[in-house]
Amino acid sequence: MTDQNTFTRREFVSTGLVLVSTITSVPAFLKNSAVVLAAPAGGAGPGNRPGVPEERILVVVQLSGGNDGLNAVVPFGMPEYYRARPALSVKDNTVLKLDATQGIGLNPALADFKSMLDDGQAAIIQGVGYPNPNRSHFASMDIWHTADPVRGSARGEGWLGRGLDLVAVDKQGHAQAEACVCIGNSAPLATQGARVKPVTFERADAFRWAGGDLHPALTSAYDRLNRTPLEREVPLHDQSQVPFVLRTALDAQVASDRIRAAVAKGPATPFPRSGLADQLKTVAAMIRAELPTRVYYVALGGFDTHANQAGRQDGLLSQLGAALKAFYAELAALGQEQRVLTMCFSEFGRRVEQNASQGTDHGTAGPMFLAGPMVRPGLHGAHPSLERTQLDGGDLKYHTDFRCVYAAILDQWLKADSKAVLGSAFKPAEVLKGTS
Amino acid sequence: MPVNTSLAPLKSSSFGYLQAQHLLARAGFGGTPAQIQALVAMGLEQAVDSLVNYDKVDASQLAAAQADPDLLRPATQEEKLAYAKAKQADDQEAFAQLRAGRVMRENQDRQQMRGLVHWWFSRMVDTPRPLEEKLTLLWHGHFASNHRTVRDSFLMYQQNALLREHAAGNFAQLVYGIIRDPAMLRFLDNNSNRKSKPNENLARELMELFTLGEGNYSEDDIKQGARALTGYSFEDNDFVFHRRQHDSQAKQIFGQSGDFAGEDFVRLILAKPACSEFVAFKLYKHFVADVTDPRRLPPAAAVVVRKLAEELRRGEYALRPVLTTLFRSQHFYDATITGNMIKSPAQLLAGSMRVLATPRRDLGVLTGAMQMMGQELFNPPSVKGWDGGETWINSSTLFVRQNLCVYLLTGKMSSRGKWKSDKSGYDATAMIDDAQHKSPQTLVDTLMSALLGAQRLPQHRDTLLDFVKERGVKDDTVLALLLLITAMPEYQLC
Repeated sequence: MTDQNTFTRREFVSTGLVLVSTITSVPAFLKNSAVVLAAPAGGAGPGNRPGVPEERILVVVQLSGGNDGLNAVVPFGMPEYYRARPALSVKDNTVLKLDATQGIGLNPALADFKSMLDDGQAAIIQGVGYPNPNRSHFASMDIWHTADPVRGSARGEGWLGRGLDLVAVDKQGHAQAEACVCIGNSAPLATQGARVKPVTFERADAFRWAGGDLHPALTSAYDRLNRTPLEREVPLHDQSQVPFVLRTALDAQVASDRIRAAVAKGPATPFPRSGLADQLKTVAAMIRAELPTRVYYVALGGFDTHANQAGRQDGLLSQLGAALKAFYAELAALGQEQRVLTMCFSEFGRRVEQNASQGTDHGTAGPMFLAGPMVRPGLHGAHPSLERTQLDGGDLKYHTDFRCVYAAILDQWLKADSKAVLGSAFKPAEVLKGTS
Repeated sequence: MPVNTSLAPLKSSSFGYLQAQHLLARAGFGGTPAQIQALVAMGLEQAVDSLVNYDKVDASQLAAAQADPDLLRPATQEEKLAYAKAKQADDQEAFAQLRAGRVMRENQDRQQMRGLVHWWFSRMVDTPRPLEEKLTLLWHGHFASNHRTVRDSFLMYQQNALLREHAAGNFAQLVYGIIRDPAMLRFLDNNSNRKSKPNENLARELMELFTLGEGNYSEDDIKQGARALTGYSFEDNDFVFHRRQHDSQAKQIFGQSGDFAGEDFVRLILAKPACSEFVAFKLYKHFVADVTDPRRLPPAAAVVVRKLAEELRRGEYALRPVLTTLFRSQHFYDATITGNMIKSPAQLLAGSMRVLATPRRDLGVLTGAMQMMGQELFNPPSVKGWDGGETWINSSTLFVRQNLCVYLLTGKMSSRGKWKSDKSGYDATAMIDDAQHKSPQTLVDTLMSALLGAQRLPQHRDTLLDFVKERGVKDDTVLALLLLITAMPEYQLC
């Protein structure tokens, strides 16, 4: 029965049911030790801690709208910065200094992120972009999602989906259930694979059939209809889709049970109240419940600051820093922080010159933020020059191709061959520990 | 029992309620029991005729599309001048203004696209010619372009009109039309396919995805075909042939040589038997069964696809005769075929609205749900279109599918943890007449045969019967049963 090839549908279905009951009834320490025992010999993973699974997790935080990199990671040592932004610069006496020689610091709204940097728990990659930048939100977001600046969305698959296709699909071609979980109202292109399809929900408590709320009597009948083990006796022809819909219905109930049970437990440490903090709190709960998820995807929108940028962006940056700090405090309390890498990106940075409405327009390169104890902490790469002759039509030139960052995460973290995912070899950015 | 692969017509005496229901679900989006009974009364031949020869059906009551062709017109001479001036003077303020104007027009365009999505979806629900929409949707997924890339709603609308015009006409006309369709030319970069620097994108997809399928052409055919398509471009909303960018030298395609242009390239493709096989496969996948790979078909499907291809060749790609044969055929009504396809999101949603005759709900919510279920009209995920079949359903989309039916039936939806309610009520008891109300068996059987196709599990009928027996037949029992039936795994099939 352990041989995958002899796994019948009936056994598959009953395993699914057992799994549900395991989640709710087996004491956590037993389950955890089972996982450790099952780990491959010599597979010293990131934590290798008793009770913590080996599988590494990536959390992606999408900063939608185009985060103004220059007012987040501030080049206070460059006079051109203050000339380009007379009414929209972060004053050098308020900047949180990171590198005195380069003259780089952080917007004070990122104080929480600064403390993570100081603790060796975070990194910033400066000047990340790609050739021939596209300044449309949609087109540039597609490029980041597909890692394909030429064809954009043409393939309908994204870098994470393709990566998970390599590491979360068994020999029979079945994708690991819940390999990827997205919080939002639709699944990001990045997470679409040929095999792996993300589980997506806006709120975990709504990830279920809503009809039962109308009348409690409906729930038990619904459960009988949707948790039907497929009896071999049912006369079905070879091509029948009935087994497929029954299995999918059962899978959905199992996923819903697991996720809602996970999220129903409150966090071990306090989280601030914000949209992003709520999402990361949900992710932490799912990690705590040891879902088999390898990639979580969350988003924070509102970065498209064409007008009156200062207050708005500061609020978003402070939300980002506070949520990340709380997330890692929670993970540390759970003993899970070693296996969770977080990557934050935005579709583009913004123009060097402020505009006439105290805002900035769409630009090009920008910084990426990484968090987790496995990152090589601090600043990576040089800040792009702001000298007029060094700009590209008023925009920053990139130093690091974002696909080099993806390559590092794919090869060194998710253990998915980056060349196969990205279509060609990119030199992995040296941002994770244990690499040179 | 072996699968019946005959394309000969079904015996007319075998055309009963289940067969008519199957026909209406596949050649349309399904219908009420009364509409199904009307097809039974017509008999097989006429029932198929009424669906396939839809041009005889008056559809003038349908709302016309609102599509302004000039939202994203090219810059005028004055605008170009203003831009050049701003550039020369390095006038940031003027630049910002021009950019803001552009952003505003793009927003208007996205808004117009949303309106067109609503328009098309409403048409699927309201049309008396359901096969017209079903075919237009097939070709939209086949000759796939998306607004996400094309970023011009009027061009997308124009393409939709092209696909609709020839939907049941002739496949050759669709291909000749698509190589001159501005949305497609932009989507596949043919506006940068020039003699001096050929771009192979359109030539490749034309053969791989639109006509022949992989393995039926060489890389060199792509290169030569791309040369034949050089200069096929567009300006504003219209096709333009740029003679100077066209490579009029001799080319060799599929071993034949000549100074081929785009139309010649298409003609050579259509002459290949592989093309008719590929189109037959697509028709089979859309109307008959969830097949995924033309080269790995189950044996019975392979036989039928070959026969359909022969008929396509005989009729020089005329579609109506092939569809008529198919919808009348014994194979189409075989027990392995009826009720055994996964509903696409459009089928699920438009179908539920037609079958249940639910009130018009918020179109924004409905088309938003289509997106969550993976089928955003005018925005197929890639040039491959939608994979369809089993890929429609997973843990996430199944709940969306089930909860959407809750919304259609009750007007209530859970959003951000709160129940929102829509004003229109729904009288579920209209689904039955008084006599059927009396016994739990008749009630359950009536509703199951209205809502479910041929694939049903007997134990699920028992579950519904137990539910009714335990609670007794009350005023809200019909609604409760509809909620449960639309949440049954079998409801995902048609």
